[in-house]
Amino acid sequence: MSKNNKPDFFDRPKTRRMLWTLLWAACGLTLVAQFFASPEPHFGFDDFPGFNALFGFACVVALVLVGKGLGFILKRDTDYYDD
Amino acid sequence: MMTSMHPLFAYLGAAALIPLFTGAWRNRMVLAAGVFGLFLVHSLPEGLAATASFLGHELTVFRVDALSRMFGYIFCLNSVFAFLFAYKLVDVRQQLAALCYIGSAVGAVFAGDLITLYVFWEVMAVASTFLILARKTTLSSGAGFRYVLVHLFGGLCMLAGIIVHVQATGSIALTSLAPNLGGWLILAGVLINVSAFPFARWLSESYPEATVTGGVILSAYTTKTAVYVLLRAFPGWEVLIVVGCVMAVYGIIYAVLENDMRRILAFSITNQAGFMVVGAGIGTALSVNGAAAHAFCSILYTSLLWMSAGAVLAATGKSKCTELGGLHKAMPLTLLLGFIGALTISSFPGTAGFTSKTMIIQAAATEHLVWVLLVLEVASAGVFLHAGLKYPFFVFFSKDSGLRPPEAPRHMLLAMGGLAFLCILIGVYPQPLYALLPFDVAGFDAYKAGKLVGHMQLLLFSAAAFFVMLPLLRNTDTIALDTDWFYRRGGSLFYRAVSATFNGLNDVSAKAAGRMVHGFSEFCRKVPEWVLLAVTSLSPDSFGTGKANAALRLKQIRDSLDAAALPVGGSLVAVTLGLAVLLGLVL
Repeated sequence: MSKNNKPDFFDRPKTRRMLWTLLWAACGLTLVAQFFASPEPHFGFDDFPGFNALFGFACVVALVLVGKGLGFILKRDTDYYDD
Repeated sequence: MMTSMHPLFAYLGAAALIPLFTGAWRNRMVLAAGVFGLFLVHSLPEGLAATASFLGHELTVFRVDALSRMFGYIFCLNSVFAFLFAYKLVDVRQQLAALCYIGSAVGAVFAGDLITLYVFWEVMAVASTFLILARKTTLSSGAGFRYVLVHLFGGLCMLAGIIVHVQATGSIALTSLAPNLGGWLILAGVLINVSAFPFARWLSESYPEATVTGGVILSAYTTKTAVYVLLRAFPGWEVLIVVGCVMAVYGIIYAVLENDMRRILAFSITNQAGFMVVGAGIGTALSVNGAAAHAFCSILYTSLLWMSAGAVLAATGKSKCTELGGLHKAMPLTLLLGFIGALTISSFPGTAGFTSKTMIIQAAATEHLVWVLLVLEVASAGVFLHAGLKYPFFVFFSKDSGLRPPEAPRHMLLAMGGLAFLCILIGVYPQPLYALLPFDVAGFDAYKAGKLVGHMQLLLFSAAAFFVMLPLLRNTDTIALDTDWFYRRGGSLFYRAVSATFNGLNDVSAKAAGRMVHGFSEFCRKVPEWVLLAVTSLSPDSFGTGKANAALRLKQIRDSLDAAALPVGGSLVAVTLGLAVLLGLVL
């Protein structure tokens, strides 16, 4: 919060909406660009449009979930090694 | 202009001159040493070699070829920015340690034989430890202690490997090694330094405990020197492909779990080194080029990221994401420059990371290593997730921590600005970098339209996924268990187990011995009493009043024995019998 109590630029709902729109628009743009210059397929199962988009999205979701899951097993208090 | 002076002398010379300079002049002198080192590397003629004789071996202490020169170049270039970043540093010990550390790293990449390499390798380990210890906190001294132990262990593996190798082949040349015992031992030592799993934790637990300057300097040299040795001595060792892939994924998973901003960046070093290790493992001209180029670029962006985190740490005294946030208002320039580093490490098109990492990925594709390619793509999305988004988002945006530190000082911004400029320059105009590479890059083009579209899809949808998953990414003030458990907890458990076993044994033995001695002394005291009792009961008059009963007589006997006041006959019998019993026992 800034001193005059106006929400910060990045905290304004309007800005947030705009940033989300921009992000999805950029994502959409890369999908459209696919039809002008398609990435070279390597795996045999990646020759449909938008594979890289799906792959990137799925990877991050999977990595976050795996990380979160491992966190339940691996996370300890910061003073775990202190004794 | 050509000179053939070893750039190492720029740093060692400055280290020797340190006592002659004070205050700002010392910082100027150290910065000048970095610039002089860069000038020396720049003016080295290719093909230069200097040899010296040592214990019957011909050492090649100075070898200049494309690969060594390229690493020398980036080491010296980075030192200029690091010393500029540390322009207001007043701690002379850090300056001395940094000069020795960078000097020995430069010495290691220009070493043409295994013995010279080993010497610089160990000097690096020791000198760098002081950059961690200089933070002077309990955490840093523990981390520094474990850091030097791990590196000394790695150094010993390497030394053992060198001895075995030299015994077997008679050669000390630092060149492509054969997969025999010596080669494997040397590889183990190098892999420890490159922070390969399961020896990766030393990096992420020690660098973040180093000083602000120490973190920046450490992030560049140890792992990259190890990458250099892998490219030089182990190209095409297929095991490295697996090791590299594991490193790339390991770095991401732990970075997702991490709360400390500099530890997130430390995991990204392991993650990025994984790409280079894969490049060394593939071993083709394209992949070796890619690994070398990526090492070059990664020094630029890793330094830049560590500088931005260091500037935040210096300004706020905090490094945990849970205590930071909202700094974009107070430190917009640090954010901007750090974000360029974040985009570069994520290999955004237009940055240096894109022009080098795509080379490794292309090499894997050319060799049809499908699963390697898959892992590298996962790692590319993952590095954007943690270093590209998580670090800047939680430090500079996210919830407002209320911290309003001043913007980073001008010399720090200048150093970051220089590195950010190079990150973008190489991104849009990679030819000067490609010209430094050990092999010809003809036919490689990072900016093929299809590749560009595919990569942008990968990155932008990763970003979308990051913001969608944001609620699950909230940081907690915790640490995550890792293989270092075995020497941290496991070590102390082992100590306690050994202590309990052997000290227990000691106690039992001491008690048993005490009882035995006590029993024996009792026995020796009792025997004369019994004998006297028997003797006196046979002739009641021989010991005082004969009518006394047994208990009273025993007391009299005991008093007489204690006071040595036995009648001679009785004493003599008792002593003789006592001695006879003793003798009998002894024999």
